[in-house]
Amino acid sequence: METKTKMTGAQAFMHSIVNEGVDTIFGYPGGAIMPVFDALYDFDKQINHILTRHEQGATHAAQGYARVSGKVGVCLVTSGPAATNAITGIGDALMDSTPMVVITGQVSASLLGTDAFQEIDVVGITQPITKWAYQIRRAEDIAWAVARAFYIARSGRPGPVVLDFAKNAQLAEIEFEYKPCTYIRSYMPVPEVNPEQIELAAELINQAKKPFALVGQGVILSNAEKELVAFLEKADIPAASTLLGLSAMSSDFRLNKGFLGMHGNVGPNMKTNECDVLIAIGMRFDDRVTGDLKTYAKQAKIVHLDIDPSEIGKNVKPDAPVLGSALETLPALTQLIHKATHTEWIDSFKEFEKMEFDKVIQREVHPTSGEITMGEVIHKVSEATFNNAVLVTDVGQNQMMAARYFNYSQTRSMVTSGGLGTMGFGLPAAIGAKMGAPERTVCVFCGDGGFQMTIQELGTIMQEQIGVKMIILNNHFLGMVRQWQEMFFEERYSFTKMQNPDFIAIAKAYRIDGTEVHVREELDAAIADMLKDDKPYLLVVNVEMNGMVFPMIPTGASVNNILLGD
Amino acid sequence: MENTLFTITVFSENTVGLLNQITIIFTRRALNIETLSVSPSAINGIHKFTITLYTTLDMVEKVVQQIDKRVDILKSYYNTDEGLVFQEIALYKVATEKLLALGSIEKLIRNHHIHILEMNENFVVFEKTGHYDETQQLFEELSESVGVLQFIRSGRVAITKSKVERLSDMLESMRKFEKNE
Repeated sequence: METKTKMTGAQAFMHSIVNEGVDTIFGYPGGAIMPVFDALYDFDKQINHILTRHEQGATHAAQGYARVSGKVGVCLVTSGPAATNAITGIGDALMDSTPMVVITGQVSASLLGTDAFQEIDVVGITQPITKWAYQIRRAEDIAWAVARAFYIARSGRPGPVVLDFAKNAQLAEIEFEYKPCTYIRSYMPVPEVNPEQIELAAELINQAKKPFALVGQGVILSNAEKELVAFLEKADIPAASTLLGLSAMSSDFRLNKGFLGMHGNVGPNMKTNECDVLIAIGMRFDDRVTGDLKTYAKQAKIVHLDIDPSEIGKNVKPDAPVLGSALETLPALTQLIHKATHTEWIDSFKEFEKMEFDKVIQREVHPTSGEITMGEVIHKVSEATFNNAVLVTDVGQNQMMAARYFNYSQTRSMVTSGGLGTMGFGLPAAIGAKMGAPERTVCVFCGDGGFQMTIQELGTIMQEQIGVKMIILNNHFLGMVRQWQEMFFEERYSFTKMQNPDFIAIAKAYRIDGTEVHVREELDAAIADMLKDDKPYLLVVNVEMNGMVFPMIPTGASVNNILLGD
Repeated sequence: MENTLFTITVFSENTVGLLNQITIIFTRRALNIETLSVSPSAINGIHKFTITLYTTLDMVEKVVQQIDKRVDILKSYYNTDEGLVFQEIALYKVATEKLLALGSIEKLIRNHHIHILEMNENFVVFEKTGHYDETQQLFEELSESVGVLQFIRSGRVAITKSKVERLSDMLESMRKFEKNE
């Protein structure tokens, strides 16, 4: 929109977000944001607003939407308690680098600082958990602030931005004109590629006999999946994913050796401490990946590709830092590395794969007797969706089992709360994921604990008929905490046992179909019933009560100190 | 690793809430700010923060990176005392009567290069610039001899000894970028 038009701040805001390509908003109205909701009423052709049942739900839904679509997730909520309810999702989005813009209503500028009704210091509260937080006090600033917010949220390492929108600015009349933001002098989102860094990294990789690559979400965020495969294939480098890097490589890719970290695959964790060059791509050496840093990959030269300079050397000091977007640095590196084959090195993973299969996977995924296991449910759902579905998880055992046993054929297929580990993330995130990828099957795995943390979003699913496939792995426990109590707290099960409601009856109250499964023989038919159409569905599977996620690297142990639970 | 006194210099946009954006980075890591001084820099619209703290080299490197990462921060870097010319200013209020009772104060004034800012029948205000130990030494001497009614010391201000002028270099490259846009 080039020409100036007279309108209210609220209308200017709507025009601004439409200019930014927004077509979906997750929100919840209230006093201090009512003028914007009133303007939204006239934008029903351009914008689909999803009314969640809680502001936290709106933020996680926006996250799920952003993660599968690559677009900026947008939340629109009111002031005070709505803003504080949104905090968890904002913090989660910062930890997991999810592009999101959260607009909170605010009392009129003249009332700021007076403890007015539903006033809270949103900018002060959110500064530590956002890329940028800004209070719009004048209608004249709306277009500028919105343009800047979207630019910051989506550029470089993405993250959440908060716009705290004072009511007087929503109501005031202004001359509106929109200009997108493409440059901020104090902000360099993508570092320029430094050829010397590329040369040094290539030199190390070319000398490697046992190279190993760690794939993080940076590959997905920079749309560098193809570039990654080209890089790995040229020098025949085996690779494994962090939790958020899952689905960057398809599960059946020859060089994909699986999942890293605390509950990751044995091979990748062991090989971290055996490789001679470790190539970290768009990942941040989280403690759940590295375990004890003092013994982490000490034998290896470290190459670290990242877009965020503050990640270089934060946890692991690289021998060759490579700053830039993986979309640029990977091809530059691929050009300089030599073709190689590392057959013997790659084959050496097999011994661990076999060991893990025999000691863990056989029992977890292919049991023939006893109670249903979490792993077998996940495996069966993955197979029944031909490994084509989007996986959404909650947090805990369900999450780790899903990360271990779900398979992917395309990127942006894994939505989970990694950094913050937010229980209650799954259900609303699945709503967003389905909105972001309506043509795909979206399966969300929750535990009985996490599902009840945001269970109110069943109302959103009902109202919008969002076809998410919900699977509760019900062990009547806060399973991951129970596992730690069993392993590290002398089986003192302090407040982890749960008496649960009849989940199917609850779903029924929301007019959502569902089935509850108690025995293995019922499982296949129930999964088939769930997937028969594109309607919302709740599958409750009663799994073994004392199920454990193995392998496990205890907190603070070395990556090669792996418990198999045998 | 040993704790050293580091001076962090930050150039930022002059926006509301900027100080909070910086201090939260220290709070989260349980780092105590020793001194802080903020003022408009030589460049119109850009503010300069000078922050001192005792910490390790490893930590100060990370803190500077985290500060630099904030959208409204133009540039952040750190130095140790060796890389800086720095100064603090201190004001001392003492009772005139007690001062006069000392007899002569010429030696005191000469030794400490004291400026006298105000003098009346009730009190005298001394000003001294110098490093922390210098302003502290005068404080101790005055406390012992005449007593100090009020004392205030500013945060450190500092200028780097380096030949590279990091902010002007950055502004130069920004100007080039803006022209290309």
